[in-house]
Amino acid sequence: MSAQVAVILPIALPLATMAVLVLAWKSIPAQKIIGVGGSTLLLISAAALWWQVDRNDILVLQVGNWPAPFGITLVADRLSAIMVLLAGLMVFAVSVYSLVTIDDRRVEFGFHPLVQLLLMGVCGAFLTGDLFNLYVWFEVMLIASFVLLTLGGERGQLEGAIKYVTLNLISSAVFLAAIGVIYAATGTLNMADLALKLRSFPDEGIVSVLAMLFLIAFGTKAAVFPLFFWLPASYHTPPVAVSAIFAGLLTKVGVYSLIRTFTLMFVTDLDFTHNLLLLIAGLTMVTGVLGAMAQSEIRRILSFHIVSQIGYMLMGLALFTPLALAGSVFYIIHHIVVKTNLFLIGGVVERHCGTGRLAETGGLSGSAPVLATLFFLSAMSLAGIPPLSGFFAKLTLIQGGLEAERYAIVAAALGVSLLTMFSMTKIWAEVFWKPAPEEALPEACGEPHSMTDRFSLYGPILLLATFTVGIGLMAGPVMKASLATARQLLDQDAYIQAVLPNSRLPESEAGAADSNADVGPLAGQRPAAQESPQSPRGGTVE
Amino acid sequence: MDSVILKTAIRFLLPLLLLASVFLFLRGHNEPGGGFVGGLVASGAIALYAMTCSAAAARQMVRVSPRVLIGSGLLLALGSGLAPLFFGRPFLTGLWTTVTTASLGELHPGTPLLFDLGVYCVVTGVTLVFIFSLLEE
Repeated sequence: MSAQVAVILPIALPLATMAVLVLAWKSIPAQKIIGVGGSTLLLISAAALWWQVDRNDILVLQVGNWPAPFGITLVADRLSAIMVLLAGLMVFAVSVYSLVTIDDRRVEFGFHPLVQLLLMGVCGAFLTGDLFNLYVWFEVMLIASFVLLTLGGERGQLEGAIKYVTLNLISSAVFLAAIGVIYAATGTLNMADLALKLRSFPDEGIVSVLAMLFLIAFGTKAAVFPLFFWLPASYHTPPVAVSAIFAGLLTKVGVYSLIRTFTLMFVTDLDFTHNLLLLIAGLTMVTGVLGAMAQSEIRRILSFHIVSQIGYMLMGLALFTPLALAGSVFYIIHHIVVKTNLFLIGGVVERHCGTGRLAETGGLSGSAPVLATLFFLSAMSLAGIPPLSGFFAKLTLIQGGLEAERYAIVAAALGVSLLTMFSMTKIWAEVFWKPAPEEALPEACGEPHSMTDRFSLYGPILLLATFTVGIGLMAGPVMKASLATARQLLDQDAYIQAVLPNSRLPESEAGAADSNADVGPLAGQRPAAQESPQSPRGGTVE
Repeated sequence: MDSVILKTAIRFLLPLLLLASVFLFLRGHNEPGGGFVGGLVASGAIALYAMTCSAAAARQMVRVSPRVLIGSGLLLALGSGLAPLFFGRPFLTGLWTTVTTASLGELHPGTPLLFDLGVYCVVTGVTLVFIFSLLEE
């Protein structure tokens, strides 16, 4: 498969699947089959993209053959490819899970086409190299998520959706305003071109204002302190399959955008921007985990933990060293898998006991031992217990923090880990260990499932749990990929050169790169990024 | 709506409006116009018909379900974007060909026309879904 096809497929496939789903609107079995089939194809195409990026470094596709910076550019570097791969994996798991858990009425109203639309927006946001195009993908994603959130029209759902929609619309408005200002200031919206122009921009004040506008816009989407209130207010209201895919992917699109803009574009005033990011990261971690401690419902606890863990992802970005950034990437990989899985498990618990309130559940370690084991694995991974994925992610981040001599954030990260552990053991003790409460509904608790139901419920959970353990056991290769990603992110010249092969880099360190070598639309071939000065201490991550 | 004037006029208005929508759609090839406005005018014409007679009658006149229009329009637009890939060009690159006809002279149809046709179908389909569901409330 050629590289051009590999870059466009993760966007084209969900669109095609959605169109076919719209044509097959009336038949519920067809909706389910096509939905899962489309998600499987997306996963395969995402894997192919990763394979291509791993071989070719940065893939660039100039849509419509309009040369950058005039047309829309799609760029697939390692970070994009990893995110698309994770998105493919999550949507596959969630589509299988939704076969049983999403009721027919919601399928009739277009659950599956909406999931595909959401995925198209998410993959588009990961792959675009143009700021306005990024805004468009955000909107595609948001519109799909608005409908998914309210699909079914239950009271709680509408209540959550009002907060979600309002805050997200405000952040979109800020995003759009920021795009307007940046276009007025620089005359371009292509990210590589912007990176080039902002380097030598005369007015530093404007650059700082722009950085803050983007921080507010993406920060709201990523649910960082103090802009996260929409998340815990809405994520526990829709059906579990919807919650799970939101929890796994949506905030991560915000984090991805922050990483992209603050490694590529806003790197001129690190003292200001990245120190602020560090402060936000610390506050996000702490407030998120404290919020979680006050909750007493599984999905609410997990929602607050999303917020808390966004802090870890930002921590690596804020420290801005190759090792710390690699920690962020590793953390995102770990977090998406584990968090989606915990929501899926929470959904099974709710099915078993008819409620997610901790006080009314119990006894599941006896009646559902497999579920208990899977929960235990994921929860311990979230808290950061070796040898699971979370341990290595946190270890790398903390190592990065110590290396950069930022002891306060390291202390915060360690303290928050401990409190995460506390929250997870709270769920464990209440849901699994404690005997079932007297007044529990007997017909709801331990209701027998058919074989196919069981497969659809437990299959995705088992798959994701395998990944959690696998990432932990194979931490070496994952770490290597994360480090390569981090180095690529810090090598802005490579990105600019790949998108704009004819550009002249001012005081370029990569001066040797021949500027007229590849003028074609696919000029991604560049020698691999140079060895970073701070090479990882291999012994600790293997 | 029970209005004799509208009922009489719609017979002439409907074909005129539909023709105008096709005109706008084709004009968009090189000048202002295109699939989006064309689709809006077409659905406006059908909406007028649905208000004068009934939503059921309008559905019968359109024959295909609006959802089929949406789905096939999306596939058409996507297909026109993917077609250049088979010729080794990037996604959405326009492919053009020249056709010479006796009456119209030289024409340059290309994949953007297909894309626009897709937009025309999607816009008509989506608007009709709105209108029919509102009228059938």
